[in-house]
Amino acid sequence: MIHEYEAVIIGSGGAGLYAALEASKKAKTAVLSKLYPIRSHTGAAQGGISAALGNVEEDKPEWHAFDTVKGGDYLVDQNAANILAETSVQAVYDLENRGLPFNRTPEGLIDQRRFGGHTRNFGQAPVRRACYAADRTGHMILQTLYQQCIKNNVSFFDEFHIVDVILDQKKCGGIIALELATGDIHIFKSKAVLFATGGFGRMFSITSNAYANTGDGPALLLRKGVPLEDLEFFQFHPTGIYGMGILITEGVRGEGGILRNQDGERFMEQYAPKLLDLAPRDMIARAIMNQISKGKGIKGDQSIYDYVHLDATHLGAEVIEEKLPEISDFSKTYLGIDPAKKPIPVQPTAHYAMGGIPTDENGRVAADGKGSFYEGLYAAGECACVSVHGANRLGTNSLVDLIVFGKRAGVEMAKFVHGSHFLRFPKHPPKSGKALIEKLKENRNGPQPEKIRSQLQKYMTEKVGVYRGEEDMQKALTVINHLREEYKKVSLQDTNKPFNTHLLELLELGNLLDLAYATAFCALDRKETRGAHARNDYPERDDKNWLKHTLAWLKDDRVSVSAKPVDIVKWKPKPRKY
Amino acid sequence: MKITIEIKRFNPEKEKKSYYQKYKVDADPNDRLLDILMVIKRRIDPSLSFRKSCGHGVCGSDAMVINGKEGLACKTLVKKVADKEGAYIRIEPLRTLPVQRDLMVDQKKFFKNYRKVKPFFINEKEVSEKERMQSPQERKKIDQATKCILCVSCYSACPVIQKENPMYIGPASIVQAARFIDDSRDNGFDQRLPELDSPDGVWSCKNYFFCTQVCPRDIQVTKIINMTKKKIKDFNN
Repeated sequence: MIHEYEAVIIGSGGAGLYAALEASKKAKTAVLSKLYPIRSHTGAAQGGISAALGNVEEDKPEWHAFDTVKGGDYLVDQNAANILAETSVQAVYDLENRGLPFNRTPEGLIDQRRFGGHTRNFGQAPVRRACYAADRTGHMILQTLYQQCIKNNVSFFDEFHIVDVILDQKKCGGIIALELATGDIHIFKSKAVLFATGGFGRMFSITSNAYANTGDGPALLLRKGVPLEDLEFFQFHPTGIYGMGILITEGVRGEGGILRNQDGERFMEQYAPKLLDLAPRDMIARAIMNQISKGKGIKGDQSIYDYVHLDATHLGAEVIEEKLPEISDFSKTYLGIDPAKKPIPVQPTAHYAMGGIPTDENGRVAADGKGSFYEGLYAAGECACVSVHGANRLGTNSLVDLIVFGKRAGVEMAKFVHGSHFLRFPKHPPKSGKALIEKLKENRNGPQPEKIRSQLQKYMTEKVGVYRGEEDMQKALTVINHLREEYKKVSLQDTNKPFNTHLLELLELGNLLDLAYATAFCALDRKETRGAHARNDYPERDDKNWLKHTLAWLKDDRVSVSAKPVDIVKWKPKPRKY
Repeated sequence: MKITIEIKRFNPEKEKKSYYQKYKVDADPNDRLLDILMVIKRRIDPSLSFRKSCGHGVCGSDAMVINGKEGLACKTLVKKVADKEGAYIRIEPLRTLPVQRDLMVDQKKFFKNYRKVKPFFINEKEVSEKERMQSPQERKKIDQATKCILCVSCYSACPVIQKENPMYIGPASIVQAARFIDDSRDNGFDQRLPELDSPDGVWSCKNYFFCTQVCPRDIQVTKIINMTKKKIKDFNN
C-alpha cells in the first residue's frame, strides 16, 4: 500500500508528538509508531523538566546552559546548550498553558526542585530548577502532547514498525513500514521524514528502558550509510532497582535522599564534597561501582556485595506521598519495601544514549562532520544527537531536549515541505528492509534468537558498562561480531502474518546488534575518560587528543570512525569538580 | 518453583475457536508475570502473542485478565497469584473488545470512546501571566485522575459494558473527562456535557465498583464517576 504525506514522523514519544503538533499546522502529517502512541517511553520519565523559571529561587538560563556543558564534560555543543536553556523556559510555560498539571508553590506558580548537576551561579550550590508533576512528569508530558494531537486531528498509524528509508543520494523521499496488524508492507512517500524513535538501552541486561527501546531509527540509518555520533557515551543511571533496573528517580535525592554503603556511610562525601548526592549521574554511578569493588556494597542474592542503599526514610511519609508517589508504589510492588520506612536497594542501570543521529539545532540530519546535511531527513529526541548532552546528560535535560528540539524540528519540517516537491519516486523502492524479513522467513533451523539476545546483553553490561577497558571491549567486539553472524542464520518460527510480534522482536534484535557493535567499537576507539565513558586504562580526560565528537559509519558490515568538531563558543574546558 | 500457566489462545486466521494452552515453567515468586510470559515467548513458544513495553506498570500495554481479574502483567508478581509449588495461573485477553490474536485485543472502540469526551485542555483565553495560576489544593483535586494510563483494565472489567450496555463510554473516558472538568484552569465543561449527560454517558454506571477494584493505578474510579454525576445534576438544576 502506498501513502503520500508531506511530513512523516516515526515515533510518538515527546519529540515525535511535539514535532507532529508543529508540522501538522502547515503540512499533511502522519505519525507512525510501533506502539500505541501513549505507550511510548517518554511516559516513564519521572523526576522533572528543567527550566530557569526562578519560581522558588533566583535562576538564569545561562547557569542552566553552563551546568549542561560542564555536566556533559565539555563535549556539549555550546550554541545548542544555550538554545536548550533559553527555550526551555517558554517551552515549560507552553506545556502548562496546554494543561500540564505541574505541582504548585503555595502562591500557585509551577513548583521546582533540585536535581543532579543543576546549580546556581556556575556551580556554587544546587538550585531548584526542575519543574515537576509528582514523579510522573514524563507521563504528564506524553499525555498532554497526545491530548493536543487529538485536539488538532493529527493522523496516527498505530503499530507500524519502520523497516526501510528511501534515500536518493542525500535526499530523503519517504519510508517503508511493516503494519503489525496485517503483516503488510506500506510505503510512505514524503517530503520530510523525522526520526523520533527513542533510545536503545535494551542492548544491556540491566536497564531502565522499555522492551520497545531498540534503536530502530538509528540502526536503520546506520545501515543506510548515515553516520551516528558519540555512541560511546551511554548513561548508567545510578539508582535502578536492584536486579531489575527499574528507574528510581534522581528526584528522590533532589528531595534530600542519601546514598549509603553497607556501613551506612554517606559515601558521596568522598567523591563530590560540594554537591554530594546531587553530583551528575556518571560520577555517582562510578562512586557506587567503586564502593562495591572496595567491598563496601551490600550483599545481594548471589552472596556478593553488589548494591547500595538509597535512603529516603528521613523525608517523611508526607513528602514521599506528595512528591514521590510512583517511587513509593514501585518499591512496594517490586521489593515489598516502603521507602518511608526502609532504604531502597539500588545499583546502576543502563538508562540513556547521549549519542545518536547527528543533527543541527533544527533537527536536520548531518551527512558528515564537515557541515553538509541530508535534505528532508530529520531526527529529534533520544535517538538524535544535537549534541546538548555531550559525554553525560544531566537529569531532566532529556525532557527539555524532547520539547525544545522536537518542536524546532517540527517547525523546520513545515517550512521545508512548503518549498519542496516529492522526490521522483524510485521505480524500484529499496528492498533491504523487505529482504531482511524474507531472509528470516527462508532460513531454516537457525540458532535460538534468545541466546543471541542474552549473550549480547550480558557482554554489553559486563564489558562495556560503567567502567571499560581495552581487553574487555575487544572481547565484547569479538563476541558481538560472532552474534551478528549468528543472527544472519536466525529463522522465523512464527509464520503467521497478522500480529506477528515474534517477527517484530527479531527485527528489533537485529537493530540492537548493529548498534551494540558500533557502540562497543566507538568505546574501544576513544582512549580517554570523559563523562559516562570511563576507561580503566585511560583514567584521565584528554582534551588535546579527544575534545571531539565521534562519527561512526557502517560500511560493508564494518564500523569505521571519523571526527566532528565540538562547538565551544563560550566556556573553555576546565577540570570537572563538584 | 514450578508453576503452570494456562493461556487462552486464539488466532482468528487459523482457528475457529479459542482454546487453553498450558505451559509448565520455572518461576521465582518475585518474578513479574510479564517475565514469565517473556520466557514462554522467547524460549518455548514464539507464536504466543501479547503486547508489552515499559515492564513496570506505567505504559499500559500489558493489561490482561489474570485469574479472572484484570491487571498489568508487569505489575503482578508471581507470588500474588500463585502461592505454592505446582500452582496454576490462568491468563486471558481483556473482555469486551474483540480478540486480535491470543492476548491482544482491538482497542479501537476504547479509544473512540475516549476521544468522545474531548480529552484535552479547553481554555481559549489568552494567558496573561507566564503560567495559569493554580493553588496546590486545586492541583490536588485532579491528582487521581491524571494518573490514568489508558490501559483498558476498567473498561474490560465493567459489568455494564459486558452485559447491559456495550455502548457505554466506560469508566476511563469519564475519568479522563473529570481530569479536565475538575481542573480549575479548564472551562470546557459544557462542551463535554452532551456525551457525559446521556444514557451512554455517566448514567450507564451502576456502581459495580469493578473498575476501582482492578485499576492498576489505584484510581478511585467509581468515586470519580459519582462526583461527575453529581456535578452534572447540580448543573442541570
